Amino acid sequence: MPEKTYLQAISDGLREEMRRDQRVFVLGEDVGVYGGAFKVTLGFQEEFGPWRVIDMPLAETAILAGATGAALMGMRPVAEMQFADFVSCGWDHLVTVAAKQHFRAGTPIPIVVRLPSGGGFSGGPFHSQNPESSFAHIPGLKVVCPSTPADAKGLLLSAIEDPNPVLFCEHKHLYRRIKGDVPEERYTVPFGEARMHRHGEDVTVITWGAMVYTADEAAQRLAQEDDLSVEILDLRTIIPWDREAVLDSVRRCSKVLVLHEDTRTGGFGGEIAATIAEEAFEHLDGPVRRMAAPDSPVPFAPNLEKAFIPQVDDVVRALRELAAY
Amino acid sequence: MAVREAEPVSSLQEVHDAGLDREDLLGIYRNLLTTRGIEERGHILYKQGKIPGSFYTGRGNEASAVGVATAMGPHDVGTPLQRAMGVHVTRGLEPWRIFAQYMGRADGPTRGRDGNVHIGDANLGLYAMVSHLPAMLPVAVGMALAFRIREEKRVAIAWCGEGASARGDAHEGMNLAGVRKLPVIFWIDNNQWAYSTPSHLEYAVEHLADRAAAYGFEGVVVDGTDVLAVYREAKRAIEKAREGGGPTLIESVTLRMEGHAVHDDAFYVPRELFEEWARRDPIERFRAWLRDHAEMTDAEEDEITSGVKRLLNESLQRAEESPLPDPGTLVAAVYAQPEELDTPHHK
Ligand SMILES: Cc1ncc(C[n+]2csc(CCOP(=O)(O)OP(=O)(O)O)c2C)c(N)n1
Ligand SMILES: [Mg+2]
Repeated sequence: MPEKTYLQAISDGLREEMRRDQRVFVLGEDVGVYGGAFKVTLGFQEEFGPWRVIDMPLAETAILAGATGAALMGMRPVAEMQFADFVSCGWDHLVTVAAKQHFRAGTPIPIVVRLPSGGGFSGGPFHSQNPESSFAHIPGLKVVCPSTPADAKGLLLSAIEDPNPVLFCEHKHLYRRIKGDVPEERYTVPFGEARMHRHGEDVTVITWGAMVYTADEAAQRLAQEDDLSVEILDLRTIIPWDREAVLDSVRRCSKVLVLHEDTRTGGFGGEIAATIAEEAFEHLDGPVRRMAAPDSPVPFAPNLEKAFIPQVDDVVRALRELAAY
Repeated sequence: MAVREAEPVSSLQEVHDAGLDREDLLGIYRNLLTTRGIEERGHILYKQGKIPGSFYTGRGNEASAVGVATAMGPHDVGTPLQRAMGVHVTRGLEPWRIFAQYMGRADGPTRGRDGNVHIGDANLGLYAMVSHLPAMLPVAVGMALAFRIREEKRVAIAWCGEGASARGDAHEGMNLAGVRKLPVIFWIDNNQWAYSTPSHLEYAVEHLADRAAAYGFEGVVVDGTDVLAVYREAKRAIEKAREGGGPTLIESVTLRMEGHAVHDDAFYVPRELFEEWARRDPIERFRAWLRDHAEMTDAEEDEITSGVKRLLNESLQRAEESPLPDPGTLVAAVYAQPEELDTPHHK
């Protein structure tokens, strides 16, 4: 099995699906000649031509509404937001039209919106956000946040197959940093099934996206320094999310940290924590802990951003506290 | 209403008629050099690894920025964008604070919370851009609305790129301004590319200024490498707005002389286009004009050049001494306190 970066896995998955399915096309800003701001669609326009890899005007509503209209006419659009943050410019359209269309009118909207998300490299308040929690609150949208190259490809293909609008959050900090084995053949990874990233016994971390790797480093350190056995469950998809896997892990470990990079208040971690409190209360040996970014916009200066995004040291500290409880 | 193509400015007399004396002209030259110098030094800082994130410059756009800012009145306001460093320089933002902003230091106008060209000092009537383009355009319309309600003779300038003019915000803002005849100027810096996307994939009219007719006001096209033509058109439009004549859309045509940002080598821009526009370098052009028409002497030129160099050296050093921002202040910075309403800008 070849090893690929997270970015290459997304790119290859998309390219293979475009070869297989004539209905799939890409639209976004600078996706053609330039190959996309992050080069996910590099070489696509040469292969598929300018009508399947469309350089759009700088206009997110036109991109997202254009995708919706084309989907209604039988296409399978994959729209790229140059950065996830810019999806706010098409928010109204996604939330008002795409999310509610099937419920009210019975016509599916099979669109995928690719969202290069997340911080960690001084992108500042407008190039670093994690939008998954905001969209998780909107019935009608599905939200996907892969952390491994293999999942990125398999979940992307599921997203394209899915008859609903899917927001596909690609963490920018994983693009070139994370490598992994990716099967050559076509495969899908189902929505709503978490991935056991690391088995453990003493405490479990429920997380997704780039935080999987932050938790992993913390777990390795605690195994060595404290002889603590940390489990890590990677949710992979936020809507739908795998309640059973979460509850099962909590029942076995009895202590849980819910960790995400997005800000705390109203973050999806709150939903997970509430579900654990409702359904696994008697299995808990300590309070459900949440760790997330503080309630501020994402700051630019490296030292501010480091204080903002949960770091390995922060996770180690929180897990030690939980273990000692 | 057809668009009007602005005439170049030639004689010193025309310049005097437009309200500039010789000192002003030398000041413009100084501001142009300072603007370019800041961005050139920023580029070096970036290569030294001292600037986090990305780095943008407005090379080729200096005249367009300095020209408009020179035409603004002291109480006018604006929302300049990523290519308009010259606006900040002309209105008096000290270069050391710009360098501090680049480096994410406590003394940058956003105190390290926001970065790079997201600069604005409200005390100078300038309000920092957000990344989302052109979100500040309808905000500038709102500023003009306040002036209209209070019957103040002030004008707002809304900057926009030709690419960003494709977004709905531009339409909504311009429509409102036209309907209410608000004192706002739409300054579209048309540098022919939006990241890698050429203009013909962004809009289908011949001139963006053609759109003004659809909103019920005047559209003008000006050569953005001619600082005096820029100044004169901006001045006309600003004074017209100030007297109740409503908005003007001015399309200032240049070429973005570098990549979209420092990571981009602009492979998609034909080299001949760069060569053609390099011959129209706005600073070189104005320097030649000053020598031909305003008798700028070698001594004057040297004095300006070395003065700018000295200023930038001192500014860099001062910026490097600026402390890192305090992470403890993050959350407290999110919401305003009542006493902050007592700044001159909110009265
Ligand atoms: C709403 C929105 N979508 C995408 C972007 C990403 N982006 C930043 S600058 C840019 C091109 C802007 O082109 P233009 O308006 O012509 O200004 P220029 O950079 O050429 O001065 C793009 C696509 C953005 N800033 N805002
Ligand atoms: Mg442009």
